[in-house]
Amino acid sequence: MRMLPISLFVVAFGAAFGLAAVQKGLAPLDTILMSTLVFAGASQFATLDMWGAEVSVIPVMVVVFAINSRHLLMGASLYPMLKDVAPAKRYSLLLVLTDANWAIAAQDYQRGNRNLEVILGGGLVLWLAWILGTWLGVYFGGLLQNPKNLGLDMVLGCFLLSMALGGKKSPRILVAWALAALASLAAWKWLPANTHVVAGALAGGVVGFFWLEKKPGKETAGETPT
Amino acid sequence: MTIETTTTGVLVLILIMTLVTLATRFGGVLIMSFVRISPRIESFINTMASSVLIAIIVPMAFGGDAGALAALSVTAVTMLVLQKPLPAIAAGVFAAAAVRYLF
Repeated sequence: MRMLPISLFVVAFGAAFGLAAVQKGLAPLDTILMSTLVFAGASQFATLDMWGAEVSVIPVMVVVFAINSRHLLMGASLYPMLKDVAPAKRYSLLLVLTDANWAIAAQDYQRGNRNLEVILGGGLVLWLAWILGTWLGVYFGGLLQNPKNLGLDMVLGCFLLSMALGGKKSPRILVAWALAALASLAAWKWLPANTHVVAGALAGGVVGFFWLEKKPGKETAGETPT
Repeated sequence: MTIETTTTGVLVLILIMTLVTLATRFGGVLIMSFVRISPRIESFINTMASSVLIAIIVPMAFGGDAGALAALSVTAVTMLVLQKPLPAIAAGVFAAAAVRYLF
């Protein structure tokens, strides 16, 4: 249910990708295959810019890796939840890891719930929505001329923002967010494109690393094993 | 190294993109499984988790048009008041559409 607005956005975004890919000269089946296998919208769009009669492999790999490197951090943040899950199940869950289902799972975990179902279920819904959207874009691209007019390009941003604000807020978190915001803005302005998410996230994480949450009953949460 | 976009060439490219993306999806968890989780590491991970969101959103607000700004601020206010994501998202998207329609 929480995935519904996002799925609609993903269908629209997928349609935009399908349309753009076909205009770039990709065959309809290849386009749909790419969405099915890669399932990472922003990086798929970015590689379209590099598409031509010949495509250089290394730049494509670098771009895809850079844009999707946030998955590394998301995966790492899920580790405490996943460490007791059998490897086969653990890595099948990660196949459909995206921003949206990760955000819900991470928020639930902050509240103390282990919600792995949302990664799998939500991920599958998003995956199907992405394929459906691409398919629509490839064959009926003209229908969704301007999703921007409907504000559809903002669904993901609003969704992620509401997830962030729904979590617990403490001075520690707010300082981390401020630093994350500054670092991501700086990276966005001066560093190569798409490094800002990783830069900001790491900056925020550093705050957490040095400023530990005070837990009742523990004087200092040092690194001494108990 | 370049690959021609022939039928097989495209398939190879898609496969390469798939593998690179998969590496990012699996990599974080894989690396963490070799790290001993101390309270410090756990604190790092937890703060980083919500910082990812902020790092995605803030440049989106600065780089976006008036509609994007309206969407994000309306979402923030609604979310802080109601504490419910669905109305917050709906209000934000509606704000973007309204601002773009009016201006």
